[in-house]
This record gives sequence, C-alpha cells and structure tokens, in this order.
Amino acid sequence: MSSAVQTRAAATVRTRTPATRSRRRPRHVLAHVVLGVGGFLMAFPFLWQIIMSLSTNSQVRSVVPTFWPGTLQWHNYVDVFEQLPFLPQLGVSVTITVIRTVAQIVLCTLAGYAFARMRFRGRNLLLGLVLSILLVPSQVYLLSQYQIVQQLGWLNTIPGIVAPGLFSAFGTFLMRTAFLNLPNELEEAARIDGANPWQIFTRVMVPLVRSNISVLAITTVLFSWNELLWPLVVSTYAGLQPLAAGLATLSGSVTVDYPVIMAASLMATAPVLIAFILLQRRVIDGIASSGLK
Amino acid sequence: MTELHRAAPRAAGRPARRRGGSGVLRDGWWPVLFVAPLLVGVVVFYLWPIVQTFWFSFTTFGVFGGQTFSGVANYVALVQDPEFYLSLGNTLIYTAIVLLGVPLAVWLAALLNTPGLKFASFYRVLFFLPYIAMPTAVALVWRLMFNGDYGILNWVLSLVGIPGPYWVSTPGFAIVAVSIVGLWSSLGFSMIVLAAGLKAIPPELYEAAELDGASPSRRFRSVTVPLLTPTIFFVVVVTVISSFQLFDLLYAIMGPRNPAMPSSMSLVFYFFQAGFVDNQQGFAASIAIAIFVLIGLVTLLQFRLQRRWVANV
Repeated sequence: MSSAVQTRAAATVRTRTPATRSRRRPRHVLAHVVLGVGGFLMAFPFLWQIIMSLSTNSQVRSVVPTFWPGTLQWHNYVDVFEQLPFLPQLGVSVTITVIRTVAQIVLCTLAGYAFARMRFRGRNLLLGLVLSILLVPSQVYLLSQYQIVQQLGWLNTIPGIVAPGLFSAFGTFLMRTAFLNLPNELEEAARIDGANPWQIFTRVMVPLVRSNISVLAITTVLFSWNELLWPLVVSTYAGLQPLAAGLATLSGSVTVDYPVIMAASLMATAPVLIAFILLQRRVIDGIASSGLK
Repeated sequence: MTELHRAAPRAAGRPARRRGGSGVLRDGWWPVLFVAPLLVGVVVFYLWPIVQTFWFSFTTFGVFGGQTFSGVANYVALVQDPEFYLSLGNTLIYTAIVLLGVPLAVWLAALLNTPGLKFASFYRVLFFLPYIAMPTAVALVWRLMFNGDYGILNWVLSLVGIPGPYWVSTPGFAIVAVSIVGLWSSLGFSMIVLAAGLKAIPPELYEAAELDGASPSRRFRSVTVPLLTPTIFFVVVVTVISSFQLFDLLYAIMGPRNPAMPSSMSLVFYFFQAGFVDNQQGFAASIAIAIFVLIGLVTLLQFRLQRRWVANV
C-alpha cells in the first residue's frame, strides 16, 4: 500500500506538466484574495481603534465615518491619564501578571517534575485530584474562592486578585508532560555523580524544559492580562482593578469621550499585541500545542 | 479558565515512562517539598471550593449572613425560572453562531497551508491578533462600530440600502452582535489548530489523488476534510465548552446596566448576577452546577456522535 503510494508520488513528480503548474497559479491568487480580505477584516477593528483614538469626539460621532482625522489628536492619549485611573490600573495589571507568572513557573515546574519523575506514595491519586480541576468550569469554584478571599480580608487588594491564579492545574499538566518526554539517562548520570534531587532538578532537568516553561509563561501572561470575571468580583474599587476590569466598567459610561476610551483600550491591549508580534512563532506554536483557549 | 477542558483528555492516555531500578523510597522526602506548595494552593483555592459549591447549592444564604440547609429548593427554583431558559437560549445562539466559524476556519486553514504560499506567516498573525487581544479592550471598539447612529457597520449597511438596527441595545440583535465578535475572536485559534492538523496529512495522498485526476475541490472534499475530522472534532468540542462560558465579551460590549441585558444575558452572566449582584449565593451555586452538568452532557453527547462522522486515524 505505502509503496504503491510512493511509486505514484514519484510518478507525479516526474510527470508534472506545464499544465498542472499553470493550474496552480490561480489557486495562489484565490488564496491571497481570500486570506488578504479575511486578514483585513480581522485587523480592521484594530485599525479603526487607532484611527478613532486620534480623532475628535465629533468626528467619531459623525454619521459618515471619518476615515482620516486630518489633524491627529495625540492629546487623547494624554487625556487618558487625566480622565481615567489608567496608571494605577496598569500598575495592578503588571503586578498581578508578574506575580502569577513567576509563581506558576516555580510551582508548576516543581510539581510537574515530581509527578513525572519521582516516586512517592499517593502520586497517582494526588495527580488525579489536581487534574480533576481541569474538568470543572471556573464558575463552580468562583463563589467559594470569593468567600475565602473575603474571610482573609483580601477584597480590593493585590493578594486577593492574585491568590487563586498562583496555582494552576493546567500548568502542572503542561510541565509534567514536558518532563515525561525527557530521557532518563541524564538524570541517572547526575545521580551516579552524587547530585541530590534538588541539584538534578535545577542544574540538569529545568534547563532542558526551557521551551516548555516559555509556553507556560506565555499562556499565564495572556490569561492574567486579559482575565475579567475574577478581578471584577474581588476588586470593586476602580483604582485597584486591573485594566481588563477597569475598561469593562467603562462600557456605557457617558462621562468619558469615545476617542479617549479608544486610546485607553488600545494602550491596554498593546503590550500583549506587541509581544505577540515580536514572538509570533513561539506564541502560535505554544498555544496550538497546549490547546489553550 | 476553559483551557483546562482541552488538556484533560490527553492526560489519561500517557503512562509514566520509567526505566531502570528506581526504588519506591528512592526519593525520600523530596517529593513532598516539590509537590506541597502547589498542592496546598490547589486544595485551598480549587478542590475545597468545588466541594463547598456543591454544599452551597443546597443552602439558602441569609440577608445578614449565615446559611440554612434548604434541600433541592434552589434547583426547583432554577428549573422554574424563565431567566434560566432565556440565558440558556442566548448561550446556545452564541454557541451556534461561533460554531459557524469552524467550517470557515477549515477552508482558511487549507488556503493558508497552500505549499509555497507567500506571506503565510503574515496572514497567520493577522488572523491570530483578535485571539490574543484583551476581550474587554476590543469589545469597546466593537461597541463603537455597532453604534446605531454613527457606527461604521450601519454606515456600510446603509450603502446597500439596509437600515441597521441599534445593535447592542435591541433585544434579539444584541446577542447576535456579541456572537459576531465571538466568531471574530475565536476564528484564528480554530485556524491555527486546524492548520497544524493539516500538516499531519501525508502529501502522498494528495499526489495520488491528483494523479487519479481529482480536481482541487474534489481533493479538498475527499482527502482533506475526512482526514481532518479528528482535529475538527477537537476544535468543535473546545469551541462549545468555551462558548458555554460566554461572559467577558457580553459584559464589555453591552455593559451591565444596558436595558437589553435582561433579555440578552448568558448563563455565566445569569450566574454572576445571582451570586455577586443579588447576593443569592445558594441559588448562584445551583446555576454553577447546572453549567457544569450542561457542559458535561453536551461534551458527552459530542463524543457519542463522534463515531458517526469522525474518521478513525
């Protein structure tokens, strides 16, 4: 069967006529037209956001759209900092994202390593318990998480927003898989050389899963930066909300002009978009392989 | 946190690979040090809350704190509440519209995988941008574009003679508007996963089909689609699970005080309102359990139906 296919494939290579090659051209044209138009539609809201953020309020509210504002209203970007608590919210977003990412990398790598590479009583039971969280939608633990944070007196604080997101079953699963895929020889060699488990972990194993750690970092940053429901619930004071929650409560506000809102929302999402454009391959492959959504 | 559902099925099948004589007690107390920090957090912030929510769903919370056991009263109230069916209906409408993006994504992924296509990585980035962007930030632009008086969408519609509605404040239209944004933001994800699935199809099959005189569209229907069904199935399951948890886009596009919100809310918004606005935590817990059960049932159903259309590879 497979040899027949190979022969056929070989035959195709040899018999590729000018006719088949010219038939390929229009297909590329179709691909470029469809992907070009589709890509433009995908990017259009961002372009529109940029144009509107540089327009005047009356231009935004004109029935016939203003496709180019003439004089670019850069002051809208300055107004963001005067009319909205943008700076404190940016501070919250950066802080919670950094804390969660560092915590998840440390905790999930440690636990993932133990679940993949160490032997201990109850390992499979504990692993099963951790992974069972993956089957449950977040609403199921949200109410109770809120009560716990409330009892700790952490409402409207950074620890409150950050706490549940320090721990990740998904990250543990990701890192366990990474460690499972490594060969045993290096570990054995280090052990024979007299290294203890901590030394084996930090000096031998962790450097080998650096690319998996970067996948975990990317997914955690994205999740933390964009998350809405949990911060909205535990942080009701505008100055202590991350950008995602702060912008969401702006919706329907009549006191702030649209161009300023556009400038604020663009600045809020710009860091992840720029990071994505710089690291595109790594981000896309990481997300496609981890199946995160 | 929907990423979790995706990962789970893969967890089971992978046996721990271990060779050599690794003794049971070889690692001593080390595993405790490695696992304990994560485990404490998981128990406190996930496992215990899951157990507690089940308990909450059988209780009623007093106005001044304290809760009393009330049996299945919350569930009885839930199945009798018209708002539950309304929010379920809206969630299903949203899910159905977002799922329309899957066949579109199959086509786009196939075009993107054209061998030797120039600018392929540029297109990939364009389609993936909406997936990366902060939902609440893009929601604000969409809200402006959907504006009934000066939104660009209605201007485009007016060019072809269609009077556009007040998208985000008209019951019925609002959930459609939110669904369009949902489709826009998830298309890139589906495309990338499907494109990865396409790469796994052996090129010899295409060569063979070409030699047999199959046209490009015939090759797409008879080679690409059948061999891609396992990936399509994965994308559908994942899309349904995440669509059932619609909240961010709805909340940010419409705004919580939108007069059309009561008729446009999703299951999770219904849950959010009961638990954190109306302070009916017991009732909200029963909604959360209902969401859990519904997602479980829908996913189970899909795995049952899988045999009918997914190729065994």
